[in-house]
Amino acid sequence: MSAPAHISAAASWRSDFPALQQEVQGQPLAYLDSAASAQQPASVIDAIAKYEREDHANVHRGVHTLSHRATEAYEGSRDKIRGFINARSRSEIVLTSGTTESINLVAQSFCRPRLQPGDKIVITHLEHHANIVPWQLVCEQTGAELAVAPINERGEVELGEMLELIDDKTFFVGVAHVSNALGTVCPVARIIEHAKARGIPVLVDGAQGVPHLDVDVQALGCDFYAFSGHKMFGPTGTGVLWGREELLDAMPPWQGGGDMILEVSFDKTIYNDLPYKFEAGTPNISGVVGFGAAVDYLQAIGMQHIADYEHDLHDYMVGELKKIDGIRLIGEAREQASVQSFLLDDIHSHDLGTILDHQGVAIRTGHHCAMPVMQYFGISGTARASLALYNNRDDVDRLVAALGKAREIFG
Amino acid sequence: MSDPQNEMQDLYRELILDHSRNPRHFGRLSDATHTADGINPLCGDKLKLYLRVDDQGCIESSSFEGSGCAISVASASLMTDTVTGLPVDEAESCFEEITQRLTSDNDTSRSDAGLDKLRALDGVRAYPARVKCATLAWHALHSALENETTPATTE
Repeated sequence: MSAPAHISAAASWRSDFPALQQEVQGQPLAYLDSAASAQQPASVIDAIAKYEREDHANVHRGVHTLSHRATEAYEGSRDKIRGFINARSRSEIVLTSGTTESINLVAQSFCRPRLQPGDKIVITHLEHHANIVPWQLVCEQTGAELAVAPINERGEVELGEMLELIDDKTFFVGVAHVSNALGTVCPVARIIEHAKARGIPVLVDGAQGVPHLDVDVQALGCDFYAFSGHKMFGPTGTGVLWGREELLDAMPPWQGGGDMILEVSFDKTIYNDLPYKFEAGTPNISGVVGFGAAVDYLQAIGMQHIADYEHDLHDYMVGELKKIDGIRLIGEAREQASVQSFLLDDIHSHDLGTILDHQGVAIRTGHHCAMPVMQYFGISGTARASLALYNNRDDVDRLVAALGKAREIFG
Repeated sequence: MSDPQNEMQDLYRELILDHSRNPRHFGRLSDATHTADGINPLCGDKLKLYLRVDDQGCIESSSFEGSGCAISVASASLMTDTVTGLPVDEAESCFEEITQRLTSDNDTSRSDAGLDKLRALDGVRAYPARVKCATLAWHALHSALENETTPATTE
């Protein structure tokens, strides 16, 4: 194993993150909750601060210097994001408040006007609530039906059954790239290939995909890809809907307001071009500036490099967790990103979360906004440790030691 | 700031662990006169509370079902222990006192022998994220006595 090179690389990455330099409960912070929200490197924090101190004005409006600078910074981030996911054109990068808004936008603007009663939307049992509820809403509004592909004990989508569900009655497919609760990497390429052969559009929920995988939307071949800035070391309140230009072009606006119009009169309003048609109102300018800095940060390291490092560390974590008596791993997919759910004896995950916090170890506990996954396993929630590029083996060892403490207390 | 490890012991006191492992009054009450559901939307924990109130307005018996963390199960167990045998108005006073005590910065509550056992819950005061676990059963009690039809939540 080439651990030394990895370890030295990770040590330098870790020092880029100011929040990780603190103590919590008298111990160095072991932050294992990046799947909920990742910490931000100093370069992101500094980019936001510089923008707020020196460049802030509204975008796309004024002719003065600061407005020009703000617009350049905001639009510069759009270009960076385009490159990051290899979109064909910047017109395809719609900036939103996050994955949730991006998916709702597609449900309401792409699907709702076209859906007929009896049409089917196919998702999987693994989805985050953000890739379930928007489809339930649009089904209620149109009489369409939601079909759910099953998963197995390893936490993998049953691909054969998923492909069978995608039939002539299917209007749309929504699937997670990576499960937030279990870390499962879904076979999106196969699903997209199958759907495309039938002319069915596919949305990929990439919220947990972009932090771990090298994403190329053109190579993937999907029609929409949604993700959030704060899962990839950027600020909260930022996100992207990438969509094929011809599809976005044919969609009505999602919200009305300033910036999404070319001309307004009481007789007729002419909408702005892509992507501005979908960006009504003053956007989260400073957030998007920080988002661009996060893209720069990841690209300087390289997503493949990050994926390799996380894969090794996840293997180490799984090996160490399995040594603990009473541990039950939830989700053991053959292809898994660096996210691991587990249970310990019959200790409730919230009790585990509190005890671990006392050792300076931050994990996520509960249902992870994926209640159907918990229902499948017959549990109310899990403890989840998620690894990012700034974590190391010491964090994992601290997790394991803290779990030992929990067993002592609950003995 | 006190030692975190002592605080930890303060939260998971022996009485709390005992009630969470062996909850009292656990199960369904077939002849309940009042019931309520309690839901903690943060964690998805749920409990169902059953009360049988007699003609004199006294809580003759009580029980609960559901699953949750050690704090919420122990709190429900202690709550049913406490209010069984109490007149409804006294049970309501307990609800007010306990929720006040666990959610306020300063403990201004009166000393009351009947509520002394509930001091075991005081450890949660240091854990804002866990106070809701401790108050869920009490909100369900309030809701059951008020005959509210929507589930009690800690929100």
